[in-house]
Amino acid sequence: MSSIRIKAKERNGSVDVKTLMKHKMETGLRKKKDGSKIPENWITDVTAESGGKVVFSAAFNTSISKDPYLAFKFAGKKGDSLTISWKDNTGKTDSAQTIVK
Amino acid sequence: MDRRSILKITGTLSAAAAATLAFPRMVFAAYNQKAFKNPKVEDSLNELFGGNASTPSGDIKLKAPDIAENGAVVPIEISTSMKVDKIAFMVKENPNPLAIVADIPAGTEPMVKTRVRMGKTTQVTAVVSSEGKLYTASKEVKVTIGGCGG
Repeated sequence: MSSIRIKAKERNGSVDVKTLMKHKMETGLRKKKDGSKIPENWITDVTAESGGKVVFSAAFNTSISKDPYLAFKFAGKKGDSLTISWKDNTGKTDSAQTIVK
Repeated sequence: MDRRSILKITGTLSAAAAATLAFPRMVFAAYNQKAFKNPKVEDSLNELFGGNASTPSGDIKLKAPDIAENGAVVPIEISTSMKVDKIAFMVKENPNPLAIVADIPAGTEPMVKTRVRMGKTTQVTAVVSSEGKLYTASKEVKVTIGGCGG
């Protein structure tokens, strides 16, 4: 299963997108019991595409909460496809696709 | 080279090809290390927008709680009536203040909603860039339990 959950709903020509990504978003500031630091691991970039066009993109810092939530709105219509993908600092990526309701 | 290893190589190759096909147009905003790994709000703004002169504006709506009980998850929402191309959000006294930079292409509404971590009670600031100028809106958020680890 993809690590991304998307809800996209159209209202008056504008698509309301809510998305949840599952990611531990480690800041690199936390320490283990033995005092060594837990290495940072966080989502750096998120991109949303619809109809071959980037409709929204964001760069995250480590200060975004664990399992990031992101909501935005773009001009679109019912039946459009929407792809959201993320990339983290270790180069790992994931993406998910949905149809606008 | 026997048949088995040839099969193995072909398998790896096609897996790689499939991975490329799955993301035909993966375009990511260039991650600006200097802006994000920076303890100073002004320096981050310089790296991001090439300047840090900004004007407070009443046209930016910054929604954040007055008191955040848990600093690990503080919901924020930024929206504006201005025509903007970038929205950034800063938590002044976090180790790295800049939390998020969103690119708003034409056709997308200038609105972004997410959840951030906050180390302690401090000022939070939304910065938007509109036609080459920076506008800000700030708010003080009280944090009961910090969320930056340590």
